[in-house]
Parts: sequence; structure tokens; C-alpha cells
Amino acid sequence: MHLTPDIGIWIGGLLTLGIFSFLYGDNPYYKFCEALFIGVSAGHWFVTLFWTVFVAKMIRNVEIGLNTFITQGFSAGMADYMHWSYIFGGILGFLMLLRLFPKIGWISRWSLAFVVGTTSGYYFITYLVSNGLRQIQRTILPLYVHGDFYTTIGNLIIIVGTFCGLTYFFFSKEHKGTFGGLARLGIWFLMITFGASFGYTVMSRMSLLIGRMDYIFGTWLGMLG
Amino acid sequence: MRREVPLTITAIVGFTLIIAYFVPHAPFSDVRDLFSDWFMVIAAFAIYLGILNLLKINVDKVYKKRPGWGFSIVTILGFFLFVYIGIREGRDFGEFGTRYYWLYDRIYYPLMAAMFAILAFFIASASYRAFRARNLEATILLLAAFFVMLGRVPIGYYLTTWLPEGWRMGNIADWIMDFPQTAGQRAVMIGIALGIVSTSLRVILGIERAFLGGE
Amino acid sequence: MGFFEKLLKIDRRVIFIFIAIAIALPLFFEVTMHIDITPVVRGVYDTVEALPSGSKVLISFDYDPGSMPELQPMAESVLRHCFSKDLKLVIMGLWPQGPLQANWALEIILNEPDIKEKNLKYGIDYVNLGYIAGGEVVIQRLGSDIHAAFPADYYGTPIDEIPLMKGVQNFSNIDFVYNLSAGYPGTTEWVQFAVDRFHAKLGAGNTAVQAPLMYPYINTGQLVGLLGGMKGAAEYEILAKRPARAVRYMFGQGVSHAVVIFFVIVGNIAYFATRKKRKES
Repeated sequence: MHLTPDIGIWIGGLLTLGIFSFLYGDNPYYKFCEALFIGVSAGHWFVTLFWTVFVAKMIRNVEIGLNTFITQGFSAGMADYMHWSYIFGGILGFLMLLRLFPKIGWISRWSLAFVVGTTSGYYFITYLVSNGLRQIQRTILPLYVHGDFYTTIGNLIIIVGTFCGLTYFFFSKEHKGTFGGLARLGIWFLMITFGASFGYTVMSRMSLLIGRMDYIFGTWLGMLG
Repeated sequence: MRREVPLTITAIVGFTLIIAYFVPHAPFSDVRDLFSDWFMVIAAFAIYLGILNLLKINVDKVYKKRPGWGFSIVTILGFFLFVYIGIREGRDFGEFGTRYYWLYDRIYYPLMAAMFAILAFFIASASYRAFRARNLEATILLLAAFFVMLGRVPIGYYLTTWLPEGWRMGNIADWIMDFPQTAGQRAVMIGIALGIVSTSLRVILGIERAFLGGE
Repeated sequence: MGFFEKLLKIDRRVIFIFIAIAIALPLFFEVTMHIDITPVVRGVYDTVEALPSGSKVLISFDYDPGSMPELQPMAESVLRHCFSKDLKLVIMGLWPQGPLQANWALEIILNEPDIKEKNLKYGIDYVNLGYIAGGEVVIQRLGSDIHAAFPADYYGTPIDEIPLMKGVQNFSNIDFVYNLSAGYPGTTEWVQFAVDRFHAKLGAGNTAVQAPLMYPYINTGQLVGLLGGMKGAAEYEILAKRPARAVRYMFGQGVSHAVVIFFVIVGNIAYFATRKKRKES
């Protein structure tokens, strides 16, 4: 056992134990760590955005636009003036902050509308193409592949599973008779999907705990080889 | 002003981006890029809104000495510690070896990693209490989880080495993931896609107005 | 109260102790275990392996420290693999923690003897563009103009002044995109924008939670392959003939899965043994 002399790792270890203390029950030690976590997370987001978006992107682009105007006046090309446009992004962004002031908070809807419009415009196409059409296209498969039993069965499962799964999500018709049977088969496929997802979730959570245990017993307490 | 302007902005931006997909040339591509650049800046402001709101709530809690106000002080101090060091450190704040990196490595990383790691305990406890073969559907779910959990770790391999290649636990897990799981996942994916496509269209056309709030 | 009823009402902290032991104890043993190689992981490895020297690879670090045990070994393996093949790396992040995670991995890999002797230079062999807010919209912008999306790198150097970025205008100048993802924005968005809009070749490393969601994309060929969770990372380490952390952790991973399965079985036995009594009462 070789305890680390690094004060930082001691802090990290004690904070880890603080979070783990919640396993016994809610307590001030955990609450302290939780409160600190919230604060430092917000701090990290603030700093990163400050340097990478406000300084590197917004201020720099406006600066380029300003320099272009000073040096070239109105003779510069359209693309050079586009740098200026970041100021509109900044104004819209600033309007969003007005939400903090109840009396004029409604103005923030303009920037929110821009965000909603952008995401809707992009999502309309991307989900239709990537998650809709491409998936449907790849479900139209040969029902029999000569000499390849594995692929034949696989194709059948993909076709039947996808079709029946979608049938289950169709709520405009009562799930009775043949339709109900297909929906029930769909549920079985969905159960396999959720089961597999659960298995992977267990895997994920255990991995994260392994990482922490390695930190406690290895990095901090120096008990691992 | 309160409803018409936002609805008009949403419609113009949404339609422009849809048209730009089918006509990826000037002027639509230029306007799309312009909107994208603005979006990135607005997204940053949106996150700042969240941060400022968090500070407002915590400062308010301290000011009014509400229960747990001491922890709010911890949150505020943690925030300002990171901001102070991060801004003072300058543009190289994320460089390996800086004071900011030290804070990230020694405070932020352990806290966040522990916060996620703790879920391992709860998922194990939940599995014990709720994962029951109550009916056929639940049994199918349980069996799929069983094969995947064992098939994805070496133990599954050692338990089934006596079986011929292709029939071992890992192969069964692969098969489940590649076919029935993919089929089910695809059904969910297509369902969600259809939902998002229709909602997007409703938003752009101004039929769906929930994002504007109640007033 | 009978034995099985007591078993059903067991304090959850007992289960916690079992899990803690199942995870911690294997760390004290160096056990070499067999690790199956799955086709999805081989897909990523083969794609990187087939890239000629000097090819440009864009790696997006879209995760935070919460997912480090799963994704950091993947990041290190892929960085090592790319550097050993003399590929040029353009690094970025759609999560604000991403660029720091990248620096973390770079610090380790660049100090490994075989990589160190290559004397790799920042700005020539690799670059860290940093983080930009905007999620999928950033990917869209990368597709039209990387220089507009990232006017400067993580350290504030204008990217027009970075030698590696000269001639890299959009995805048509990138030979392979590799995304390390723990959620949104992540692999789904990279598929939707980089692959389906700009025809980029994409491989991914995901947390195990997210991995099953990606299988339809693999089936369609939108993803060339996938590293799912720590197991995926371990497979990649084996393929690259550099077993490291993920391989070492697989013993503990296996034991913990066995304990969870044990609890599920015990829970079910207790449930069925007490069912009749429950119905009567």
C-alpha cells in the first residue's frame, strides 16, 4: 500500500467517497459534494463557452468584420461582411437572457423561435432521411438467400420484427384479431430490444464503477500493482 | 408581437433550412450557413441562461436563508472558483498542466465520475427487486438481458467453451444484437422519426405553439 | 416470516456491499481472459488499418468524465492506432469537456516510447480544435466549411495558420470520422449530418448504454463499426495488439455481471416461492 502524497488525488478520493456516502443514506457530506458538483459543472461550462464561443467565434468574427470595414470601406466582398452577421446571433442570444426578467421575458421568445425553427428545419429532413427512409430501405430485404441459411433467417427476423414492432406503435386501430396478433409479436421483439438494452446498461454502469474503484484503490490508496 | 413575430421567425428559418437541403446552392446555402452560425452563438447564450438561472436560484436561497442555504454557498463558490481560474488562465485554460486542468482533474472529474458510478449499485438493487419473470413478455426481456450480459463478458465464453463455435454465449449475444434487437430498435427508430417529422412540420407551420408558453 | 420472504425484503445495502466487493476484488488480480472479437469492432479497426499514411482522421470527443472508464480506453487505443499509422488527426468536441478529455488521452499516448520517437508535432500531425456549442448544427457547418465552424483552435490560434488545416475545408478532405459518444449530441447526429448529408465514412465508440441504439445504423452501413462499452474498448486493444486498461478491467466486468445475474435468479426464486402465499393473503 503506497498512499499517494498528491493532495489533489486525496481531494478527488474524498469527494468520491462523499458521493458514495449516499449509498448509506442522504447526509451532509453527500450534499456538500453534490452542491460542489453543480457549481463546478456550471463553472466549467461558463469558462469553456467564454473562450471557445464568445472570444474565438463571436468577438473574433465581429473584429474581422470591423477591420474589413475600416480598411476597405464598402469595397469589400459580400463574404467579408458576413463576419458582421455574428452580431445578429449575439443580439438574438442576448434577447434569450431577458427571460430572467419577468416583465420583458416575452422578448426571449424571438430567439427561442429561431432555435426551434432551426432544429425543426434540420430535424424534418435528417430524421426523415436517416432514421426513416434509410431504415425502411434497409428493411426491404430478400426473403430467401440461396445457400445462406443464417442470412435468410436474419433477414426474416429484421423484416418481421420491424413490421410487427411498428404495428404495435399504431394506436389508431384496436389491437385485436390478426392485427392484435402482429402487435403482440411486435411486443416480443421490443422486449428483446429492451432486454438487450438493459444488459448493456448493466455493463455500462459496472464499467463506470470499476473506473472509480480503480481510482480509490489504485490511484489514491496505491493498493494495486 | 408576442406570438406573431416568433411564429414568423420559426416559419422562415424552418422553411429556409428545408429548402436548402433540396437546393444546396446560393442563396439558400449561404442563408443556411448564416443561420447555423447564429445558432451556435445563441446555443451558447442558452447555456448561459441556464447558468445564470442556477446562480439566481442559489443566491436567492442564501439571501432568504432557506433550508440548505449553506450548500448553495458551496455551489456559488465552486462556480466562481472555476470561472476565476478559467478566465485568469487565459485561452490555454484547457492545456495539460494548467491550474484549471488541475481543478478539472482533481475536483470535477472525481465528482462526475462518482455520480455516474453510483448508479451501478442502484441498477443491481433494481434488478433484484423488479426483474421478475412475471409473464411471457417479462421472461423474454429477462432472457435477452441474460444472454447479452453473459455473452459480452469472458465468463460467458468460459461457460460455453464446450459448445461448438457459433453456438457459444458470445455468438448468441451477437445474434440477438444483430437481428431481433436491431429489428426492435429499428421499429422504435422509425416510430420516433415519424413523430419528429410530423412535430417539426407542425412547428414550422405554426400549428404547434407550445414552445411559446401559455400567454 | 419465511426464508424467502426475508430474502425478498433484504436491505438494499447488502446488495450494495456484494456489488462493491464484486467490482473491487478482481482489481487485485492480474487475470488474462479470453475476449471475443465482434464484427462491429473489427469494422472500425479494419477501416483505420486500411487508411494510407497521411490520411486525415477527424475524432470528435463527445463525452465527459462521467463516461471515462468506458470511452477513455477507446480514445487512447484509437489515438495510438492512428499515430502508429502516421495518420493526421483533427480533434474536436461537441461536449465542452471533450477537448480536455482529448488532451488527457494525448498526454498518455504521446509519451508512449514508440509514439514519442515519431516526434509528432502539434499543428502538423494533430490539432485540437476545441469545443463549439450548437450540437448537430456544428456538424452541418463542418460539412460546408470547417474554418467557419472553428475560426480558431482550442488555444486560440486561427486555424488558417495551422499547417494541418490547410486544404481541409470540409468532410470531402477528411478520410475517416471517428466519434466517441456518451449521448446527445453524439453518434446519432454524426450519422444524420456527416454521413447522410456529406457522405463521410463514420466509425464510433459509444457507452454501452447507447450502443444498442446504433445497431440499425450498422445494419444500413451508415456506421462502419462500433465499439460498445468497455468490452468494445477491450476488443480494440486486443486487435491492436496493445492490451491495456480495458482488457485488465474485463475480469471485474465479468464478475460483476455474474453477481447481478445471481441476484436476478435469487430474486426470481424468492418471488415464485412466495407467490402462492401472496395470492392467499
